[in-house]
Amino acid sequence: MRFQKTPHISFRIFKDHFFMIAIIILSVIASFPLLFILFHIFSHGFSSINWEFLMRLPKPVGEAGGGIINAIVGTVLLIIFSCIVALPPGIIAGIYLSENKEGRLSYFLSLSVEVLQSIPSIVIGIIVYVWVVRPFKHFSLLAGSVALGIMMLPVIVKTTEETLKLIPNYLKEASLALGVPYYRTILRVVVPAGLSGIITGILIAIARIAGETAPLLFTAFGNPFMNANPLKPVDSLPLAIFNYAKSPFPEWHALAWGASLVLIIMVLGLNLITRLVTKKWKVRF
Amino acid sequence: MESTVLKINEFGAAFGDHVVLNNINLSITHNNITAIMGPSGCGKTTLIRCINRMHELEPGARVWGKIYLLEEDIYAMHPIILRRKIGMVFQKPNPFPTMSIYDNTIAGFKLNGIKLPRAERDGIVEESLRKAALWNEVKDNLHRKGTFLSGGQQQRLCIARALAMDPDILLLDEPTSALDPKSTSHIEELLVELKKIETILLVTHNIAQAGRVSDYTAFLYVGELVEFGQTQKLFTVPEDTRTEEYLSGKFG
Ligand SMILES: Nc1ncnc2c1ncn2[C@@H]1O[C@H](COP(=O)(O)OP(=O)(O)OP(=O)(O)O)[C@@H](O)[C@H]1O
Ligand SMILES: [Mg+2]
Repeated sequence: MRFQKTPHISFRIFKDHFFMIAIIILSVIASFPLLFILFHIFSHGFSSINWEFLMRLPKPVGEAGGGIINAIVGTVLLIIFSCIVALPPGIIAGIYLSENKEGRLSYFLSLSVEVLQSIPSIVIGIIVYVWVVRPFKHFSLLAGSVALGIMMLPVIVKTTEETLKLIPNYLKEASLALGVPYYRTILRVVVPAGLSGIITGILIAIARIAGETAPLLFTAFGNPFMNANPLKPVDSLPLAIFNYAKSPFPEWHALAWGASLVLIIMVLGLNLITRLVTKKWKVRF
Repeated sequence: MESTVLKINEFGAAFGDHVVLNNINLSITHNNITAIMGPSGCGKTTLIRCINRMHELEPGARVWGKIYLLEEDIYAMHPIILRRKIGMVFQKPNPFPTMSIYDNTIAGFKLNGIKLPRAERDGIVEESLRKAALWNEVKDNLHRKGTFLSGGQQQRLCIARALAMDPDILLLDEPTSALDPKSTSHIEELLVELKKIETILLVTHNIAQAGRVSDYTAFLYVGELVEFGQTQKLFTVPEDTRTEEYLSGKFG
C-alpha cells in the first residue's frame, strides 16, 4: 500500500485539531489588549460621565463637578477645520496620482506623501508653531487644525489614489466617448464611483487624528473656556486628558478617565460608521 | 447612389514605432451596417477608436491620413464635439454604476451639463430605450441602477445611451463578445432594426455575425484592408485569396 509509511490518520486529525485550537487561542490573545483597555477605561470613566460632565465647562481646582464641553466642542472644531485644511489638497493630489501613474510630479508627490507620513507628530507640531503660532502671536484653533491637517494629508492622498485606481478604465472611456470633457468625467463619473472609498479614507484619517495630543501641545494648546474663534487657543479631548491626568488632583484624574471614555466612544463610533459606509455605498461595477 | 456618412482616406495609425494600420480606404454609407472583421490583433479596435479619436488617450499613438464625418475633417474638429456626434458601444457593457437606468440613458446630456425640460428628457429616455428594444423590460424600473440588469440588457442600455445623443454614426466594438447566444441574437436583431434610422459600423471577429447582419463588410488583416464590398458578394465570391481563407476558417 502506498500510504503505509504516512503517519496514522488519527494522528493527522489530532494535529489538525491542535493547530485549530492554537490559532483560536492566539487570535483571542491578540484581542486582549483592546479588551483590557476598553474594560479599564469603562470601569474608571463610566462613573464620571453624566449630563453635567458632557455639557458644562471645567470648574476651578477644589470645586466639585465641572465638565469637558469645551474639549468636546474643541475636538469637533479641530476635526472640521483640519478637514477644511486637508481635504481639498489631499483629494486633488490623490486624483492626480491615480490619473498620472508616471511622470516627475507623480513621483515627487508620492515620495513626499510617504515621507510626510513618517514624520513624528511632535515635529509637525513644532513646525506649525513656527509657521502659524509665531506669526499670529497666539496659540490657536487654526494652528492646531493645520498641524492635524498635515497629519491627515497622507492618509487622504493614499486612500483616494488607491480607490480611484480601482475604478475600471472603461467607465472613463464610456464618459469620454459621450463627448464629456476630461475634468467633468473625473468629477462626475470617476469620483462618484469611488466615493465610498474616499469617504472611508476621510473617516480613517479623522479617527487617526482625533486622539492626537503631541501636535496640539504647541498649536491648539488647550483652553479651559469655550472657544470657537479660529485665532484663539482651543481645548481638545486628548489635550484635556493630558492636562487632567498629569495634575495632582484626584477629581481631575476622574475627569481624565471620563474624557478618555468619551474619546474612545467617538473613535469607535467613527470606525463603525466607516464600516457601514464601505458596506452600504459600495458601488457594484 | 447612397450618401456617404464616413469616409476614411489613406489612413494609418501607429503606437510608437509599431505600425498597426496602414493605407486604409473605406466609405461608410447612410443607413447601412458595415462590418469590420478580421483576426485578433489586426487593428479593428484601433480603427474604430481612431474614428472618435479615443486613441488620443493612449500615449504614443499617432495617425496619418484623413477621416471625414459628413464631409468634415474629424481631425480638424474638437474631439469633444466629434464624440458627441459619434455613438460608441464597447466590448464590455459599461453602464455607469452610480446611475439609474433613466440617468444612464440620458447620461450624454447629464454629464455634459445640458439642461433639458423634464418632459423632453422623459421623451428622449423613452424613445432611446424603445429604439434599443429595452423599454418594455425596464419601463417599470427606470430608477433602479443600470448595473442590476443582465449583461445583454446592460449592452442594450449602452446602445440606448449612445442613441440618445442622436449620433451621425454608431460604432460598436464587438458588442456581443461578452454575451450569451440568446442576448447576442437579440442584439443582432436590434441592429438590423436600427439601421432604418442609424448608420452602423460594427467590429466583429465573428464571421457568421458579419454575414448575418451587415450590408457591407471590410476584411482587415494585419493592419491592411484586404477587401471591402457588399457582404453578399464578399462572402460568396471573395476577390482576395486571404479573404477566402479567412472565411473558410483557415486562420483567425
Ligand atoms: N495602447 C496600445 N499601445 C500599443 N500597442 C497597442 C495598443 N493598443 C493596441 N495595440 C496593438 O495594436 C494592434 C492592434 O490591436 P487592436 O486592439 O486594434 O486589435 P483588434 O483587431 O481589435 O483585436 P481583437 O480582436 O483582439 O480585439 C495589436 O498588435 C496591439 O498589440
Ligand atoms: Mg478589439
